[in-house]
Amino acid sequence: MNNSSITPIERRHLRSKTSFRQSVRHSLTMAYRGLLKIRRTPEQLFDVTLQPIIFTLMFTYIFGGAISGDVLSYLPIIIPGILVQTVITTSIVTGVQLREDMDKGVFDRFKSLPIARIAPLAGALLADTIRYTIATVLTFSMGYVMGYRPEGGLGFVVLAALLVIVCSWAISWIFAFFGVIARTASSVQGISMIVLFPLTFLSNAFVPADTLPSWLQWFVKINPISHLVTAVRDLTNSGTAGWDLGISLIGAAVIVAIFAPITVRAYMRRT
Amino acid sequence: MKNVNGTKQKTASGEWAVEARGLVKNFGDNRAVDGVDLNVRAGTIYGVLGPNGAGKTTTIRMLATLLRADEGTTRIFGYDVAKDPNIVRQLIGVTGQYASVDESLSATENLIIFSRLLGLSRVESKRKAADLLEEFSLTEAAKRPLKNFSGGMRRRLDLAASLIAQPPLLFLDEPTTGLDPRTRNQMWDTIRRLVKTGSTVLLTTQYLQEADELADRIAVIDHGRVVAEGTVNELKASVGTSSLHLSIQNQQDIQHARQTVERVLQVQSAVSPEGAKITAPMADADLVTDLLIALREARIPLAELSVQKPTLDEVFLTITGHGAEENESTNSHKSEGVIA
Repeated sequence: MNNSSITPIERRHLRSKTSFRQSVRHSLTMAYRGLLKIRRTPEQLFDVTLQPIIFTLMFTYIFGGAISGDVLSYLPIIIPGILVQTVITTSIVTGVQLREDMDKGVFDRFKSLPIARIAPLAGALLADTIRYTIATVLTFSMGYVMGYRPEGGLGFVVLAALLVIVCSWAISWIFAFFGVIARTASSVQGISMIVLFPLTFLSNAFVPADTLPSWLQWFVKINPISHLVTAVRDLTNSGTAGWDLGISLIGAAVIVAIFAPITVRAYMRRT
Repeated sequence: MKNVNGTKQKTASGEWAVEARGLVKNFGDNRAVDGVDLNVRAGTIYGVLGPNGAGKTTTIRMLATLLRADEGTTRIFGYDVAKDPNIVRQLIGVTGQYASVDESLSATENLIIFSRLLGLSRVESKRKAADLLEEFSLTEAAKRPLKNFSGGMRRRLDLAASLIAQPPLLFLDEPTTGLDPRTRNQMWDTIRRLVKTGSTVLLTTQYLQEADELADRIAVIDHGRVVAEGTVNELKASVGTSSLHLSIQNQQDIQHARQTVERVLQVQSAVSPEGAKITAPMADADLVTDLLIALREARIPLAELSVQKPTLDEVFLTITGHGAEENESTNSHKSEGVIA
């Protein structure tokens, strides 16, 4: 114990609100914690390393011949599709891990510290972008190994990767919300899969939409996942940015605008 | 006072670290905390004493902004917990009975992250972490993952983490439960030193001895209510410094014997379920002489006689009229409070 006595309350600078800059700083510190945790337990990266490799191989060779005649001409369709599907599926883990994390005593300390209330959540979500990055890089690498040569060039591939990572980060707020309100980690996994499975498969990710019955086409065309897949295809295959890119980014912003506040509210109430 | 955005209200009678009025918390149908009042003077150690499930943890969580009270108000150094939680959080440190540190990280990493969150720079955080680890003799284990830490090491790290910002008020929830006697004594020394630097400590405990060793004032809490409050001496006086245990030879004399005990010692007594054993608080040892004479005159032969220092059980027996056994229904809700 040091002998210096504590600062009297009168001489402390007390703030009743955390500023935006402090909130960002707190969130970055929490993200640093997330990264440290990933480094300590690298086995939790299994899903993001194996899933892109297995899914890309599997889907390309199963559907390639049937849909596009041969594997090589299917690659420009499937790689953006599988990229979106894989990376967004990865974001479920964010909710599951958040649930597990929140059950631990350390979250009590976070709550008792004078930090921005959003920081523990934002930090966890931010750290998980490393997972999306790994999944993205591996999917493109797998595609490249199998013969995929995107016409848009490397610059647009990087842009497409960033787009997918940003959108997955936005979507992970939905799963974070499930994570905060659910009782157990496995129920988070369950609910999230039920939401995500139809969304990713009832899209243009694997097959062209015009091969589907008309009632299904209607859904596939309004499905935000379809817009994201199309935006990624535009960027990688032709180096163009169209309206789909705009819709994807607006959609991501809307999701964060809705789910970030209600998630933080639910997190604060769950005490 | 400068740079204060909150609504601070000075209290008339000196500096109070904690002023809680009529705190209530319900978990479903269960009233875990049922109108608790607490006043803790700055610079003192205050003990909240009670059995498992009495509502100690729930109370502390409400005082420390971790749990919203259903009813009642709390002021920490004059700041309202509900209105200015962020200011209150700058004035308190909380150490739970479960470790509120990150299991998957090392001790140093834990302290650095908490320091960074509290606004210290990278360099300051590193130095602070090293200093605290040194103070709490954890330097050797600093790099090891917490999974391999003993209970005592975990508690020490937990307390160290609460001291980063040198908060004027510390909440310690059962700081020594589950520790071996040596580690417990070290923890007591640490707490005493903390108060010497000007901190106020509010701690909960199940052990009267611990409250006795540390606390200036004690509140005894049972079924979510404060059933007694005072200095250690006041509390002990009400309990009797010791209790008298009498076993009689003939079971049929039990009622007569009990009446004699209560008449001569002028206290409430209890009969143990096994029968033939009477327990009564012994406020005045001299009266025992009278009691023995009275029992001889009544021709009630004794099998055994012993005197015991007060235990939490006796405190409870005297104050509440029932033992300090765990209450199942309240206990289940306590664990709920811990998890959430």
